[in-house]
Amino acid sequence: MTETLRPAPALVVDHLSKTFDGRMVVNDLSFFVEPGEIVGLVGLNGAGKTTTINMILGVLAPTSGSVTIAGVNLGAHREEAIARTNFSAVYAPLPGNLTVVQNLRVFGMIYDVPDLACRIDEMVEMFDLARYRDTRCGLLSSGEQTRVSLAKALLNKPGLLLLDEPTASIDPSTADTIRNHIRDYAQRERGAVLWTSHNMYEVAAVCTRMMLLSRGRILIEGDPRSLPGEHGVASLEDLFIELARDPQEGSRP
Amino acid sequence: MKARRIAALVLRQVYLLRGSPTRVLPLFAWIAIDVMLWGFITRYLNAIASPGFDFVPAMLGAVLLWDFLSRVMQGVTMAFFEDVWSRNLLGIFASPLSRAEYVTGLVLTGVSTSLLGLGVMIALASLAFGLSFLSYGLAIIPGLMVLFLFGIALGVAGSAMVLRLGPAAEWLIWPLPAVLSPFASVFYPVSTLPVWMQPLALALPPSYVFESLRAITNGGQADYNALLWALALSLLYLAAAAAFFAHVHGVCVRNGLIARYSAESVT
Repeated sequence: MTETLRPAPALVVDHLSKTFDGRMVVNDLSFFVEPGEIVGLVGLNGAGKTTTINMILGVLAPTSGSVTIAGVNLGAHREEAIARTNFSAVYAPLPGNLTVVQNLRVFGMIYDVPDLACRIDEMVEMFDLARYRDTRCGLLSSGEQTRVSLAKALLNKPGLLLLDEPTASIDPSTADTIRNHIRDYAQRERGAVLWTSHNMYEVAAVCTRMMLLSRGRILIEGDPRSLPGEHGVASLEDLFIELARDPQEGSRP
Repeated sequence: MKARRIAALVLRQVYLLRGSPTRVLPLFAWIAIDVMLWGFITRYLNAIASPGFDFVPAMLGAVLLWDFLSRVMQGVTMAFFEDVWSRNLLGIFASPLSRAEYVTGLVLTGVSTSLLGLGVMIALASLAFGLSFLSYGLAIIPGLMVLFLFGIALGVAGSAMVLRLGPAAEWLIWPLPAVLSPFASVFYPVSTLPVWMQPLALALPPSYVFESLRAITNGGQADYNALLWALALSLLYLAAAAAFFAHVHGVCVRNGLIARYSAESVT
């Protein structure tokens, strides 16, 4: 009898909690992300999305619980686990005093990317950055900076990509291009993506699964295309608004 | 530790220096100004003081060696401040870079920039005022090593303080060498200090270096045992500074200060 070995989930978050000054910001959170999945993490401001991402990135220690990335425990083997990830967030711009290529080279070396020069060329082409190669990132528009940040995030072909509102403050056309790149990446490289967004259209268009967070807990979870119907509302946005106003609604059968 | 990751931090600094004359100039400008100022002061003192005593190695040499220590410290802290100023701490600490690799990168960057400064310092002081560090004999080798190591320790500890207290704490770090200089007996023997200050001086490795160099300029001999002790003491300070940085980083990870660094929320 032959048995197919299933790869470890790209991310396992197990009973994760974080308390700040006695206030529980993330409350016993458990979920997983499989390779090739794009999972949306949505919720009101202050719901605990960024705190969760910071704990997965290892820049914030959980009060309790654990994070495992591709079978590697983050708490015990931080460098090994983080080497399989990368991230892009609006609040973490690349240094504005370095050019696009300089930033990609420095971070490529930090992430130990093999054949770095070729990979940089691929990323520059993929994100349409050729004419900005030698431009300092601080001189780029917010949309262009987002593209550079995503190029950096995909440099090491991470098994787990963390995106915190990657399309915030950029035009719809650029946002669409970025969504296509991330979708392609998840399909072709079997990369897992955890994506936070306030754009429900985007979540429905890109994510294969979504979780709605409220007060640090998962309120509802499922396919963003079928969830509105299951809760008797017309759209994901309506569901979000309804749950935001009455979080108890999510826990009702 | 991966050499490539450490090299990335040094490369980053090379890019910044290459693209910005305002970063290159301070590596040499203050040193040049100090050489000029103290060179002329010592020349004047040589002219008015009783003949036989040479102020150049005693004073100009001391000033420049203390300046060297300050440059080493600033080289390390500047590399760290670049991450603070460009809001890059989250990008750095959310990467696979380990704490040890990061601190090693800062140190190598600081060492490289201060060696450039040292070269300019020696050339200027020698050409303009006839100061030769060779006049200190072999004692200059352990002496420079002590100043190097202690400067690095100050830089690492200073970076840790700014990491803990936030960007505005920079002003606490710049004057550190000036605050320590009265205790380090740069210009006068330890015995000149009041009795209660002397233990402080003896706890600072540079004081042994300056005592030895002063002994040489006065026609005596360097105390190699004391220099060896200063070397050991410097290594101890360096280890303590590295442990302090690791501790502060741990606190920042527990409190979430790295993720919200610009908020300067010391908790």
